[in-house]
Amino acid sequence: VDLRFGAAVPATEQERAAVAGVLGPAGTGWEGGRRAEADGHAALGGHAARARRHLLLPVLHAVQERIGWISPGALDHIGARLTIPPAEAYGVASFYALFRTSPSPSTVVHVCDDLACRVSGAEATCEQMERRFGAEGGGAGHNGAGLTWQRSPCLGQCERGSAAMVQQAGADPVRLVLAPVDVDQIRPALSPAQQASPASPASPVVPQTAGDRSALRLLRRVGWVDPDSLDSYRAAGGYDMLRRAVAAGPQSVIRELKDAKLLGRGGAAFPISVKWEAVATNPVKPHYVVCNADESEPGTFKDRVLMESDPYALLEALTIMGYACGAEQGYIYIRGEYPLAEARLRHAVAVASARGFLGGDVMGAGFAFNVDIRRGAGAYIAGEETALINSIEGRRAEPRNKPPFPAQSGLFGKPTAINNVETLLCVLEILRIGGPAFAGIGTADSTGTRLFCLSGCVERPGLYEHEFGVTLREVIDAAGGVRDGRPVRAVLLGGAAGVFVGPDALDTPLTFEGVRAIGATLGSGVVLVLDDTVDVTGFLRRIARFFRDESCGQCVPCRVGTVRQEELLGRLVRGTPLGSAERELALLDDISAVARDASICGLGQTAVSAISSAVSLGLISGNDAGGNDAGGNDAGGNGAGGNGRNPI
Amino acid sequence: VFGAGGGTSSYREAEDADLLVLWGSNAREAHPIFFHHVLKGIRRGARMYAVDPRRTTSAQWADAWLGIHVGSDISLANAIGREIIESGLVNEEFVRRATTGFDAYAASVQPYTLQRAERDTGVPGELIRALAHEYARADRAQICWTLGITEHHNAADNVFSLINLALLTGHVGRYGSGLVPLRGQNNVQGGGDMGAIPNKLTGFQDIETDLAARAAFEAVYGVPLPAKRGWHLSQMFDAMEAGELTACYVIGENPLRSEADTGRAARLLAGLEHLVVQDMFLTDTAEVADVVLPATATWCEAEGTVTSSERRVQRVRKALEPPDGARDDIEIICEIARRLGTDWGHPSAQDVWNELRALSPMHAGMSYQRLEELGGIQWPCPDEQHPGELFLHARLWEEDPARRGPAAPFTPVEQDPPLDELSPEFPVRLTTGRRLDSFNTGVQSGAYTTPIRRPETLNLSPEDAAALRMAEGEIVRVSSRRGSVQAPVHIDDTLRAGLAFMTLHFPEQVATNVLTLDAWDPKSGTAEFKATAIRVDKLGLPAPDAASLSAKAGA
Repeated sequence: VDLRFGAAVPATEQERAAVAGVLGPAGTGWEGGRRAEADGHAALGGHAARARRHLLLPVLHAVQERIGWISPGALDHIGARLTIPPAEAYGVASFYALFRTSPSPSTVVHVCDDLACRVSGAEATCEQMERRFGAEGGGAGHNGAGLTWQRSPCLGQCERGSAAMVQQAGADPVRLVLAPVDVDQIRPALSPAQQASPASPASPVVPQTAGDRSALRLLRRVGWVDPDSLDSYRAAGGYDMLRRAVAAGPQSVIRELKDAKLLGRGGAAFPISVKWEAVATNPVKPHYVVCNADESEPGTFKDRVLMESDPYALLEALTIMGYACGAEQGYIYIRGEYPLAEARLRHAVAVASARGFLGGDVMGAGFAFNVDIRRGAGAYIAGEETALINSIEGRRAEPRNKPPFPAQSGLFGKPTAINNVETLLCVLEILRIGGPAFAGIGTADSTGTRLFCLSGCVERPGLYEHEFGVTLREVIDAAGGVRDGRPVRAVLLGGAAGVFVGPDALDTPLTFEGVRAIGATLGSGVVLVLDDTVDVTGFLRRIARFFRDESCGQCVPCRVGTVRQEELLGRLVRGTPLGSAERELALLDDISAVARDASICGLGQTAVSAISSAVSLGLISGNDAGGNDAGGNDAGGNGAGGNGRNPI
Repeated sequence: VFGAGGGTSSYREAEDADLLVLWGSNAREAHPIFFHHVLKGIRRGARMYAVDPRRTTSAQWADAWLGIHVGSDISLANAIGREIIESGLVNEEFVRRATTGFDAYAASVQPYTLQRAERDTGVPGELIRALAHEYARADRAQICWTLGITEHHNAADNVFSLINLALLTGHVGRYGSGLVPLRGQNNVQGGGDMGAIPNKLTGFQDIETDLAARAAFEAVYGVPLPAKRGWHLSQMFDAMEAGELTACYVIGENPLRSEADTGRAARLLAGLEHLVVQDMFLTDTAEVADVVLPATATWCEAEGTVTSSERRVQRVRKALEPPDGARDDIEIICEIARRLGTDWGHPSAQDVWNELRALSPMHAGMSYQRLEELGGIQWPCPDEQHPGELFLHARLWEEDPARRGPAAPFTPVEQDPPLDELSPEFPVRLTTGRRLDSFNTGVQSGAYTTPIRRPETLNLSPEDAAALRMAEGEIVRVSSRRGSVQAPVHIDDTLRAGLAFMTLHFPEQVATNVLTLDAWDPKSGTAEFKATAIRVDKLGLPAPDAASLSAKAGA
């Protein structure tokens, strides 16, 4: 363990209290409590102490929320309490963007300047912030106000940008998402009361529900049930599917999924029945099920809408998953930028537990299932399933090598099934209408419906549900078409890890196989439309910066490749290629090939795809008229990039 | 252990054990390679108990740490034995079949109640009980020990007390269970195997009782061998004192620094009529020698073998030419023999090894070729078809009494506190040990730099430091009944009040062994380095000295 404590200043009473709030009061002197005479002759620890390692992130959150930063003294104390070397605790704390390991003003405003918000005026917001609160990352001295602000990657509010999140430490900590942000609303020392008022009603988020709901399957209840009411959910048919699943038995549930040919909606499109069956039949016990709600792909907000508007549905689906996979413990890992969704889910878990829909004997059906909600702390990479597992275990969210896959050795080394929110809601629909009926929706290879996150230059941004097979044009038209009737310049499909397609691809059917045929991906369902007025160059540089920032640094192809990509893009944009533009493109292909072949996880494997597709679409040829245009915009973009936080 | 002279188990068995008891061993720092195997075992779910006066970095990995008073090991072990018996957890089949003396043992541990052990050791009785039950119930359990057991005046009794526990529970002779003394150097095991023990010929053949073995050696060597055992190290110093030992040939050892009571050791070595030191370094002992024979570094400048703690004999190959003047040990010894009138020629390491194989049955099957092919072989290996033994004493589990061989005896032992008693004048118990970054007297590790090495300190508990009003880094006088040294204070919260700690890594800076007692165990010959009564005093330094010290600290 080598607990080497180095802090000059020991943890304060406030820090200790914050830690004790999660871990309970400190016991012996060895555990960070008061040193007593009996401590000289006995200590317990070992497996029992290390088994609490998974509480590291909750503890760090507690200190961050109370103090505003995590001091070396606090890290020492946490290390003693969890038998983690403080250096390792520091390694974890410094990995996540929402934890601060140096003194900080108590209020931190994270201003999204990512893809969708760029289209919705993020740069203007940043300029306003700078005028009011001083330069990014400064702010400590602003009238003694204790507020600083910084640019943030996508906050998942893409349909109503530009967005910001306020993180305010104190006895009554505040996490508040403002979307669209009104800079005048932001001030230091917000009261917790402001947090209580939810951001906005659901209906504009899901424009479809304003019209005919009958075609909706996953979004059926959004905007119609009260997300804080179990009774409202039950009145809408809630928990009927769990009853049906229990009546049919675990194997039948998995058979329905197989019949439904359900593929995962998280991006990798893996058959769900295969995962679940591998876990259900694994003789190693216990089993775990995990819901990946760390939705961080820029441009994606579907899971947030589902969790904010229909939290019990997620709980019901996860309970069915636990039942089918033979797991008694489930986890929902939700990104730290979704305070409202987290609050609603926590409330739902509490109510469901009190009402017997979770606990030792679920619905009196004779099986146990409990759910723990874990909050992420600002790390795109944590959405990768094995990185997410590491994060739940209290480690840096670095992906693991595969195999072994989580179904063999996942959370705490045990068989683990892990799916994202949308996939789980599909399970409810499959049980409702039956696997074969579900397979009849969409196309032969892409069954069911799909959620699309429409943002950018469309008339009505929001979350849309369509049957597989719908074309890109139809999806855009359903959102009212391109804003102001302007032409489509490009569409980013699948988020930052996706690809750009041009206007010629508008009639592509949006199925797994359809987009694969044009070398694209559906990814997380992002459809981000760019018209001819958008600063494409700044957009691309933001993507490059995003991957450079978010690469976890564990493997070389990604750590170095994402930096090389950003440099290369910079050269192309400035019109100063190494050798020639062709040579740069060949180099980009090289980076892409190495990252694809040799990265541990999908981040590295897809980090080059968007830029590379943009290059092939001619979105950044430095020499044409567009190049001049881009060069002009570049001045602004460059300034933004230069002021951006640089974590490397 | 049972006359075998080696640990029973292989390293990899630690990875597959269910329970590991580290008793008087800070393996995390003193045996880091072995500790890697321990960690693998822990990662696979093995539980670990640490018995140690200090909460060492090894103990920080333990599920439970029993912080005993220095030298109360037997009380603890006997109480564990009693608890196992009282709770009906004795492995009766094993005890009946493979041991003798159970009744006497059971009677001897009767007085060692949990209450008594709690009084003797300071450890809560419930924790002692937990260790007893967990050890007895585990499917595979090992007791691993080091110098915390053996550097006492009653070292052998300490070891017997642990062996008794293994016999009681049958934790010996089976894969994953065993008794594992950890060796401090890469070839300590090999030294013992080769006969560097006063009463043993090569291969642990007794020089006094095994007449056939002695005859075999005499036949090959062509000379009669002494019929009586020789002196062990502590006896040698007593013999020097008595004037019976007047000449000494020291090979690869630095007794002037490593012996307890350094002042006495230095005086006796200096008083010898003739002292020869053969070493790869000009050690402090070599400095006072009449003749120094520069030797090669055996791990890279010479051919040969080493034997690890798991009894594995491995080949060592020459990689470098030694510097001018340094000569191979074999060459030096043969040259001395020639000058003394016996020409052994110029045997290679392999020639010597093959002669040894002819005389030591447990090495007989280990040809150089097989050692190479198999990546080392664990003794015993009686013939060239034999694969070596992963663990020892499997015979004890045989049903057939003939194959089972002689039974293993219980050895009743009694608690006997350290000789250097605490008193109002010397109220603090000093124990000594190692650090991860240094090795013994520093001869071999001092030449390397490491960012984590600190100079010698007197480690004091926060309570004692506060009571004595001593600050971190303050130079103080440490005195025992034998002498005193000066050392800077380091406040160390792994210590409890009344317990202090020093290493022997920096003899030039602080000659720790000036303090230690050279009382030695009559059965094993080891000295009681682990238990010294000391007093710590603030230095009433005259002003100029204090000024120069603080100037030094500032620089």
